Amino acid sequence: MAAVRTSSEIGFNRVAIVAVLVVTIIFLAPIYWIASTAFKPRNLATTIPPTVVFQPEISPFVKLFTKRSQLRSPPTPEEYAAAPWWERVVFDGGEKIVRDGKGQVQWSGYPSRFLNSLIIAITSTVLAVGMGTFTAYGFSRFKVKGEADLLFFILSTRMLPPVVVAIPMFLMYRAVGLNDTHIGLIILYTAFNLSFSVWLMKGFMDEIPKEYEEAALVDGYTRMEAFFKIVLPEAATGIAATAVFCFITAWNEYAFALIMTNRRAQTAPPFIPSQVGSGLPDWTVIAAGTFLFLLPVAIFTFLLRNHLLRGMSFGAIRK
Amino acid sequence: MATTMITTLDRSSRAATRGLSDISIRNLFIVPTVLFLIVFNIFPLIYSLGYSFTDFRASTNAPANFVGLQNYRDLLNDPYVWSNFAITAKYVIISVAGQLLVGFGVAMLLNRDIPLKGLITTLLLLPMMLSMAVVGLFWKLLYDPSWGVINYALGLGNFEWLADPKMALYAVALTDIWMWSPFVMLLSLAGLSAVPKHLYEAAAIDRAGPFYTFFRITLPLVAPILMIAVIFRTMEAFKTFDLAYILTSQPTAELISIRLYKMAFQEWQTGRSCAMAYIVLIMVLAITNIYVKYLNKVKER
Repeated sequence: MAAVRTSSEIGFNRVAIVAVLVVTIIFLAPIYWIASTAFKPRNLATTIPPTVVFQPEISPFVKLFTKRSQLRSPPTPEEYAAAPWWERVVFDGGEKIVRDGKGQVQWSGYPSRFLNSLIIAITSTVLAVGMGTFTAYGFSRFKVKGEADLLFFILSTRMLPPVVVAIPMFLMYRAVGLNDTHIGLIILYTAFNLSFSVWLMKGFMDEIPKEYEEAALVDGYTRMEAFFKIVLPEAATGIAATAVFCFITAWNEYAFALIMTNRRAQTAPPFIPSQVGSGLPDWTVIAAGTFLFLLPVAIFTFLLRNHLLRGMSFGAIRK
Repeated sequence: MATTMITTLDRSSRAATRGLSDISIRNLFIVPTVLFLIVFNIFPLIYSLGYSFTDFRASTNAPANFVGLQNYRDLLNDPYVWSNFAITAKYVIISVAGQLLVGFGVAMLLNRDIPLKGLITTLLLLPMMLSMAVVGLFWKLLYDPSWGVINYALGLGNFEWLADPKMALYAVALTDIWMWSPFVMLLSLAGLSAVPKHLYEAAAIDRAGPFYTFFRITLPLVAPILMIAVIFRTMEAFKTFDLAYILTSQPTAELISIRLYKMAFQEWQTGRSCAMAYIVLIMVLAITNIYVKYLNKVKER
């Protein structure tokens, strides 16, 4: 800060560095804990004192994806020898993978929920960002009557608690048969993210100099050609950032998914907690499901780090 | 074509013959979005406004009877509902204050030359990007009284975080603070980095103490951005559903969203829950209005 550094200032700096490290460790500990539980054998997940050092196992993930039943008696040596490695892992845990009449492995509910999450999040993101980009350009470049009011209206739709919107949506969806369908959730998430994408994209569009298009118009481009050939490439970074934000929101959404879906189109967020249920939950399996579910978001956070501030504040604060 | 003819007039005439006019492009770009939002956001609300004046129950086939303002009167006279509002207010205050303290504190610590500063900042942002439902789930694991890591690390024995009526709301707020302090930190860092360095140099020359420097230079200059963080977090905390719903079922931690969810989808008092939704909606719109006004003010500066 000051041009001349006193020794006490340097000392304070050292204290601050240590404090920052401590804070970072405290903040990351819960995430580390869920990730490490996902690789623990079941009997080490709930020990006192907590197990920190252990031989990592893949068994929670095998269990996550398959249907299993408790073994009454240990498997016969032939059975054990004939089983592939991933079935042995489950045998070792005192469980057996359930097969159907044809000898096919029965999948658990998780893979289809994960797939639902992917389908719904990706489709709604494409729609929201696509429409949002056009609308943002419209607001950014042309005079619109009552622009401030319209933008407020667009934003306010996102500010409502999801449950408030969900009650009438549930009744309407029930009337037209959209409950528990992929399309139903995709429409909801698109509507939810569209407002955000318009606000964010408008900020990015405002930053692209108007002169670029004007030059293109003078060169004989139509307005449409100028938009697609000049503006869109310039806005690519903004579009990518907006898309990742929309994806994360749709991916993480819980309340609508809880209310609107129960099986066929259910996404992972309402599904994973429902697995805790009664009795003694197998936390290693829940942790494995959570870990896989959090992974895409963690990766995107790193990709997005330079745009985070802007996205989280609806474009109010720029870097 | 002569060069002198390349004028605005020429451009518009060419647009008319070869492409769409600016006005039709504007409409093409804006109208679908606005229509879409009206159909899927405004229309449902009008639909539920109608139901809020009836005793409709979505679980039965009985026709809805018009009851006038009965639902609103009942709700506003129901001490149970008022206690939900009081719980929500308490929750908002605790979690926003906590996030402000922790977030701004960490930002003050980070606002200097620190090795790996970029990496540390990014890592600290992870919690707020995660799903609130899933975060609630794994904090349940951490809070477990008999083998949870938190009790072990703090030496609290069998301390009940979530099953204790007095503690449950604080436990939810604590998780929320963990999740969203990074957001306040991010905004604070942006504010702190915008404070002109020469002000600190001038303060150092004047031999101003650290407290004086903080309260007279740093805080006033960061205040507008902190205010954005406060309004934003207040709105979000007011809406909280997932986190509290998954963490605890204590009535002392029943936030307004949870009450609304139960009323609508467990007790199936559809008409009444629509009325309740409207009461909440009006409150949120009021806060949003303040937020947007403030935002525009900040943007203008």
